[in-house]
Order: sequence, then C-alpha cells, then structure tokens
Amino acid sequence: MNPKRPISASPEASAADRRAIAGLDIVPRREISRWLTAAVVIALLAWVGKAFAEGDIAWGVVAEFFTAPAILIGLLNTIIMTACAMSLGIVLGVVFAVLYMSPNPVARAVAWGYIWIFRGTPLILQLLLWFNLALVFPTLGVPGLFEVRTVEVMTPFIATLLGLGLNQGAYTAEVVRAGILSVDAGQTEAAKSIGMTRLMSLRRIVLPQAMRVIIPPVGNEVISMVKLTSIASVIQYAEILRNAQTIYYANARVIELLIVAAGWYLIVVTLLQIGQYQLERHFAKGQATLGARGMTRLPEHA
Amino acid sequence: MPEPMVSVVGVSKWFGPLCAVDDVSLDVAAGTVQCVIGPSGSGKSSLLRCINQLEGVDRGAIFLDGVMLGYEVAGGVRVPLSDARIARQRLMTGTVFQRFNLFQHMTVLANVIEGPVHVLGRPRGEAVEEARSLLDRVGLADKVKAYPAELSGGQQQRVAIARALAMHPKVLLFDEPTSALDPELVGEVLAVMRTLAGTGMTMIVVTHELGFAREVGSNVVFMDRGRIVEQGPPSAILSAPQEKRTRDFIGAAL
Repeated sequence: MNPKRPISASPEASAADRRAIAGLDIVPRREISRWLTAAVVIALLAWVGKAFAEGDIAWGVVAEFFTAPAILIGLLNTIIMTACAMSLGIVLGVVFAVLYMSPNPVARAVAWGYIWIFRGTPLILQLLLWFNLALVFPTLGVPGLFEVRTVEVMTPFIATLLGLGLNQGAYTAEVVRAGILSVDAGQTEAAKSIGMTRLMSLRRIVLPQAMRVIIPPVGNEVISMVKLTSIASVIQYAEILRNAQTIYYANARVIELLIVAAGWYLIVVTLLQIGQYQLERHFAKGQATLGARGMTRLPEHA
Repeated sequence: MPEPMVSVVGVSKWFGPLCAVDDVSLDVAAGTVQCVIGPSGSGKSSLLRCINQLEGVDRGAIFLDGVMLGYEVAGGVRVPLSDARIARQRLMTGTVFQRFNLFQHMTVLANVIEGPVHVLGRPRGEAVEEARSLLDRVGLADKVKAYPAELSGGQQQRVAIARALAMHPKVLLFDEPTSALDPELVGEVLAVMRTLAGTGMTMIVVTHELGFAREVGSNVVFMDRGRIVEQGPPSAILSAPQEKRTRDFIGAAL
C-alpha cells in the first residue's frame, strides 16, 4: 500500500483506511468568516475612533470634568436613586406578585389594578404627577393628628423615588410571578406536607428557587434603572446627566460633558453586570448540571 | 376494635365533571400497612391527596386519630378551616411523593431539618442530630451535604422518607413511591419501607408493587373508577380475588 496515497472517508474505503482515519487527530475548523467579520468590525471601530480623535473634542476637558465635584455628586445621586427606587420596586414587585396569586379575590383585584395603572401610563407622566401632587392634595396626613404641606414633602427626590419605584414594582411583579410559576408545583406540595402555610412555603421554598428565573430579568431592569434615573431631570432631580447639562449650558462643551456622563454610566453598568453574574451563580445552587452559568457565558465551541 | 388511626367516611371528590373518588369508606388501624392498588386514574392518588389535604373533599369526611380533617362543625354545617389550621393538621401526616419533591435548593441535611427547625421550631443542633440518624437509617449518612440533583432517584426517595419521618407523623402516606424509579432502584426504597413497617408505623401505600403489597401489607384495597371494588388481607385480594375487575387487574399485572 502506498503510504502517500491520501486517505478519504469514501464509501469504498477499506477497513484499514477507516482505522487509519479513526486514528487521525481532530483539529479546530478554520473559521474564515470569523476572521472576515472581525476585520470588518475592527475597521468600523477604527473609523469611529478616528472621527472622535479628529473631531472637535477637547479630551482635556473630558478628563478635567470626569472627576469634577458636580459630576461626582450627580453620579452619587444616580446611584442612590437607582438603589432606592429598585429596592422599592423589588419589595413592591414581590408583594404584588404574591397578592396577584392569592386565593383572596380582593387581593388579586388590588394587584391587578396596581399593575394596570403603573404599567399602563408613561413613566415621565407618573413622575410629573407625583411632583405636582400638591395640585390634587394640598396637604398630606391624618386630619386632626398631623398634616404637612404636600409641596414640602414632594421634593424632587421623593417624587422621583415614588415615580420610578412604583413603576418598577409593576414590572417586577410580573417578573416575580413568572419566577413563582416556574417552580414545580410539587415543591409547594412537599412544603405543605411538612406543615408549612402558604406564605411560609413561598418564602422558604418557592421564592428562593424562583430567584434563578427572576434574577436575569431583574438584573436587566437594574441596569435599565441606572439610565432611567436620567429622566428625573425633568423634575429637577440632580442626577449625573442633569448636572452634566448644567455644566455644558455654562461652558458650551456639550460633547465632552456627554462623553463624561456616558463613561460613568458604562462604568456603573459594567460593575452591575459583574454583580449579576455572581448573584446568578449563588442562586444556581442545587442546579448542578444546568445552572445559570450557561446563560451568561457565551457557549463554548470546540 | 380500637378507634382506627385513619377513618375515611363516604368521601367523594370531583374534578369538574370527573368523579375521581366516589363514596369511599376505609378504616386503617394504628400500626398497620394499608396498601391501595388499582389501574391509573382509579382515584388511589386522589384519595391520598384528600387525606393529606392537598385536595379538599366534596362529600364525606376524613378523621385522623379522631380529628376531622379540614373542616369544623358550626351551626349544623361544616366550614373549611383556615390555611394555618390546615397546616397544623398536616403535621399528623407525612407524605412521600411519586416524584420525590425534595427541595432542590437545599442540601440533603437541610431538606430533612427544614420542617423540624422552621415549622416545629426545634433547636437546630437537636434537629441536625436526629436528621443524621434518620439519614443513617435510610443508608445515606454519607450524602448529607449533597444536593438532590446529585442523587439517584432511589437515593432522593430515601431522603424524602427521612424528611417525612423527621416530622414524627402519626401516619405516613406513600403516593406511588417507586413509580418514577429505574427498575434497579426500586428495591432500595422498598427495603426502607419494609423496615419502617416493621417499626409499627401506620402507613397508607398507593403502589403498583403487588409483591410489596403481598409481603408487607396488612390490608389491600383494590380501587377502580373512584370506588373501592374489593378489600381484605393481601392473601385474599391478591391470590383469590372475588371480583372480576380485580382478577383482570391482577392477571394483567403479573
């Protein structure tokens, strides 16, 4: 037999050829199209980068304002608002999801109404309504006990918190409900069989397992919330974009200040993504084979 | 005859137009093993689910150690109990499910101590100690730290038995405990149940394992279409059934 003869897996291949083929090493496939697409992407990036480098952008100004006190205070306000509004949203989301699934028809109706109203109207409209609440309720409180003037309570912070938090709660309620539905009914039955009440089985057994399904969309919404806080600028909440605008109204460095704000948004969002990955791993406990890992990492190909 | 541990009196249960349990009456004496056999859809599991109150009964009543389950009598009618009181009544029964239903997010040990610690409020150390001895009894002392997904079906079912025992129920209910298992894993679960029967535990076992019913059962009932067709000692029901439907079922199962 000629050792130079190329062996191929043709239907006529002899048993010896097949054995020889079976012994060949397996090497990665040459993915020409990947190299091509990478080249196109790099070319596009280079073009955009060149435009920014040659454009009328004073990078010195960007660097100067990146850590300016007004920007950092705005950043802090953005982070505080994200944390507060999201916490309120998650608490309301869990409460209303549980009410929505309650055997009590009154609870279900209340939850339905809440989700209907706060998901059905634009967020910016809700913010304006809260901020102008004094037009409907000049004072707040229990008559005779205590009363305060609404304009004094409804600061930009409180109005933004209520607007974003209540709106978020309506969306999170649906996410939590989907998570609860994703847990096998057998888990609730087993919880009941060891004497748990409905609420205890939700808290100890169902919700912890629902977290695996709840966290990716809620993580998505936290990231969304970081950026949603920027619309609170319409009611004078001093978050980072509003402070950047205040600066560029004074010095006319529009693009530079927008780049500063964009840079900070990206930094915050990147940190949040890392946190989300860690949380998903935590709640993948007991899902030895599937787990949340495969959902965040790119599929690994040979 | 002493007061039966479980007394089912004329119970019926409908799912929409389907009558799953049709006027069933059954007494189970303390310390006995009551096996329930019958074809799929014959109402055996529904009857069990009425006894542990995962389903309410539509007619009749169930008494457990003399206590009526799920309702209280008030002014000549029966009113359903609150969620909390039903939960407390369920402490009298332990249930082993066909699909194990171990808490997936908890280790084996956490599954077993969950009820004692969080429902009964027992001290953690004491509960852990007892859980370890229970897991040892079902042959899984080395698996305390494993998660359910890492165990075979037979191992999961044995953990489920330990979890039920940790609550010290008066009656253990088994809902086709070996039906979801690979054939080679059935034996280990039946062995644990056999040992348990030997300790004098009152058990109601819905099963397709006629061999187990013959060997361990104190009594066997055969159900079909929601009704009890025939009942008696295993030797009578399994070897010399009187009713044609029982004969057909046992003939087909052998």
